[in-house]
Amino acid sequence: MPADSLVKITDVNFAYDDRSILKGIDMEIPRGKLVAIMGNSGCGKTTLLRLIGGQLKPTSGELLVDGQSVPAMKHDELYAMRRRMGMLFQFGALFTDISVFDNVAYLMREHTDLPEDVIRDMVLMKLNAVGLRGAHHLMPAELSGGMARRVALARAIALDPMLIMYDEPFAGLDPISMGVIGQLIRKLNDALGATTLLVTHDVQEALLIVDYVYFVSDGQIVAQGTPDDIRASSDPFVHQFVFGEADGPVHFHYPAVPFEQELMREVAGA
Amino acid sequence: MRWLVLKWTSSVLIELVRSTGHRMNNALQTLGFSARFFMMILVYSGQSFRRLHLTIREIYFVGFQSLLIILVSGLFIGMVLGMQGYETLQRYGSSEALGVLVALSLTRELGPVVSALLFASRAGSSITAEIGLMKATEQLTAMDMMAVNPIARVVAPRFWGGVISMPLLAALFSAIGVFGGYLIGVVLIGVDEGAFWSQMQGSVDFRFDVWNGIVKSFVFGTAVSLISVFEGYDAVPTAEGVSASIKRTVVYSALAILALDFVLTSFMFRGV
Repeated sequence: MPADSLVKITDVNFAYDDRSILKGIDMEIPRGKLVAIMGNSGCGKTTLLRLIGGQLKPTSGELLVDGQSVPAMKHDELYAMRRRMGMLFQFGALFTDISVFDNVAYLMREHTDLPEDVIRDMVLMKLNAVGLRGAHHLMPAELSGGMARRVALARAIALDPMLIMYDEPFAGLDPISMGVIGQLIRKLNDALGATTLLVTHDVQEALLIVDYVYFVSDGQIVAQGTPDDIRASSDPFVHQFVFGEADGPVHFHYPAVPFEQELMREVAGA
Repeated sequence: MRWLVLKWTSSVLIELVRSTGHRMNNALQTLGFSARFFMMILVYSGQSFRRLHLTIREIYFVGFQSLLIILVSGLFIGMVLGMQGYETLQRYGSSEALGVLVALSLTRELGPVVSALLFASRAGSSITAEIGLMKATEQLTAMDMMAVNPIARVVAPRFWGGVISMPLLAALFSAIGVFGGYLIGVVLIGVDEGAFWSQMQGSVDFRFDVWNGIVKSFVFGTAVSLISVFEGYDAVPTAEGVSASIKRTVVYSALAILALDFVLTSFMFRGV
């Protein structure tokens, strides 16, 4: 990994009360690259995004974004840094009481003093980039899932952020929308000169577009590499994940007593 | 046997102490959090007022859109007061005092209390539902991640919208109620019109009756708005959680209005 990393995470641990979520995470996200964090549901991927965004603080460890320690930031410093970040939430999180146009214009109106005609042009450019310029007058409730995700994408890049974070951008989308969103993520990263962090469990879609992959399981990084490394990997976890096998290092069954014992208990109880 | 009874009794007692402690602890924690939340609303109100259109929009949603239910209820309550008041007053030959009875009942009590109860059900519940659903759909988190403070942008405008609307709604409630009393008493039953209005004018004191009514509705408006925004912000972000929060908004608001009314009345009208 190159030395110039936008995000640098060193030995980060995080726990909710006594429930440990992340254990000793080390990760670097180089500038200009598109990096994916993959793992099964509940492995701590979204928690990692929230730590980088400063919504949660790590229990221990160091977390630097653009050379500054996120957990040490005061409220104002954190907000100043968040203005340089864009985040796409799992289900878009569009503001449902305002139109598509106003959703994308939201940040420009909140954080800049630009005149309304400049904002109008910028919003239309952003919407054009995601192919939804013609839908600018619609309300979020009138959009399909894929369209809503694209509007949220336009909103996330409204102020040309240095770091764009995507939380499960492919969840619940049809294959066409998935492909469209995947290509958009790649193109926007390159066109804006941004750095992108993609949290997903859609392996095939993500491997097509990313530069580097981290696999997280049970709060730890279990594998990492370029998409080609990953496809060629013989690691049982990576193999199970990439080929979607039901059982392997990640068990199909929730922990339980042996099945025979449970059945016998039923009989005894009856 | 005796040993078993002792063991059972002690475990019941321990459970009782434990659950009481747990409830007290939760209640205190919520109280502390809501007080801190109120302080944060006040701190971020400046930011919120800089975008005044947000508060004006909320006054439109919670105030203007509650007008119909407030005016219709006020009219009917005034008309009922007119009928019941006349029924009682004419026994003592003082039916001309109907105007005084209607106006004092409305400005001192019924106007602020009933309009606040209606406001809590109509506007308070919708504020809680809106903020709760924004939380459930991650809109508040998204806002925070965009470096926009949700308390300044979402909570404070709704709070002030309610606080400003409530006294206006209560005043309109009382005004239309007086008109309802007039319709029944003067137009329908035939109480002398001059006596109705002049006695009202002579007996209703602006500072003592009307102003105290306005103070009451301001206090109720603050309580209902705070409960509504707090319950929305504190909602468990699921369908059941938001539904439970809306229920709490209506119940707590009603109880707070009635309790505050008792306290305020005992301070304002001590048998004078």
